[in-house]
Amino acid sequence: MSRESDFYLRRLHSLLGIIPVGLFVAQHLVINHFATRGPEAFNAASDFMGNLPFVLFLEWFIIYIPLMFHAFYGVYIAFTAKNNVQRYGTFRNWMFMLQRITGVFLVIFIAWHIFQTRVQKALGADVDFDMMADILSNPLMLAFYIAGVLAATFHLANGVWSFLVSWGITQSPRSQTIVTYISMAIFLILSVIGVQALLAFV
Amino acid sequence: MSENTTAVKDLQQQTAQKTVRFEIRRQDTAESQPYWESFVLEYRPNMNVISALMEIRRNPVNAEGKQTTPVNWEMSCLEEVCGACSMVINGRPRQSCTALVDQFTQPIKLEPMKTFPVVRDLIVDREFMFDSLKKIKAWVPIDGTYDLGEGPRMPERKRQWAYELSKCMTCGVCLEACPNVNDNSNFMGPALMSQVRLFNTHPTGAMNKDERLATIMTDGGIGECGNSQNCVVACPKGIPLTTSIAAMNRATNVQMFKNFFGSDQMVD
Repeated sequence: MSRESDFYLRRLHSLLGIIPVGLFVAQHLVINHFATRGPEAFNAASDFMGNLPFVLFLEWFIIYIPLMFHAFYGVYIAFTAKNNVQRYGTFRNWMFMLQRITGVFLVIFIAWHIFQTRVQKALGADVDFDMMADILSNPLMLAFYIAGVLAATFHLANGVWSFLVSWGITQSPRSQTIVTYISMAIFLILSVIGVQALLAFV
Repeated sequence: MSENTTAVKDLQQQTAQKTVRFEIRRQDTAESQPYWESFVLEYRPNMNVISALMEIRRNPVNAEGKQTTPVNWEMSCLEEVCGACSMVINGRPRQSCTALVDQFTQPIKLEPMKTFPVVRDLIVDREFMFDSLKKIKAWVPIDGTYDLGEGPRMPERKRQWAYELSKCMTCGVCLEACPNVNDNSNFMGPALMSQVRLFNTHPTGAMNKDERLATIMTDGGIGECGNSQNCVVACPKGIPLTTSIAAMNRATNVQMFKNFFGSDQMVD
């Protein structure tokens, strides 16, 4: 990849992070929340999602391809930065570093998560409530999944903030501050939804 | 008169015992290994980092009492408008001319802004920034083979905020503060993005705004910004660099769509 095209790749990276990847994450966490209504409700929802028409096409074009680009180009971005929170311990500089740390962690978490669920499905396993309950019965796995969900909600919420700056929508310091509060609310709400769903399997 | 001299004497007595300790990161040539050298100076009221460096130059003896070479640094205006004396003081980049000794905890650590190539001691080569200014055409082209006449008028309120952007002295502090200006990237830095906004705002400068935007849409341009917003915290002139960056984000995005979809991709 030529550095000359960095601008366009960065913009693509910013766009894909919200549409479709961010929307998918929000949707995924909401569907997971069916687990709080019991195994039947979760299995019905998971069957519905897993048997959507054109499901392979939807998976590849809405999830895998955009996610892989966002993940791999994101790792490049993360390792290009030279973090300096010791020098500037400002809120934004911390968010900058945390965005990169959670991003790299999510590459690992999501790879593992896909292996444990989607790859196992392709190999013949059933993705249902019992499968998740089995995975999360291990306390280490539960901790890993909670960390993964929190990293994802943080990365998405803070990503909304930087998406709005990168696309030149929020320019004034005032608008950027207001969106900071909105992004914090997104983080809290999605985290509660995501963690409640995880705990429902335990 | 005599009252005045006693006052001065009192002050001298008060400060006679006080000393100031400096730790300076030194480097003899551009290629040689850096090393640290300490200096202990007698405290004087209202002392700043430059006056301390001048004192070391006058009497280059280090803290161990050994004769050494004078410390090299750059300076020019001594009133924080030229940017030449920028260095990293106690971990943060800023101008040394306005760095009052009283405001720092000791020992006061002086380092060159290592984001730039170090020439000697505290002197760095900021040519990268000047080259970038050429790349983005940070000027208003008015030369022609005939008199082009008057340009369009600039609205007064626009002039007022554009003036804030024009305070940039290319000192390099925002590049030193930015986590994305480093060996891994070619990012021109926050100051340059703000300069594009300044010259694109000027009514005559705006006649070439697509050229400037095209430059920051390539390698080292605005795409490299990661929104850590250190630049706006670090800028000694209080330039709204992050607002400039967001404004240029919008301008480059619009330009990108114009280039792809429109036949009106030139200036307007």
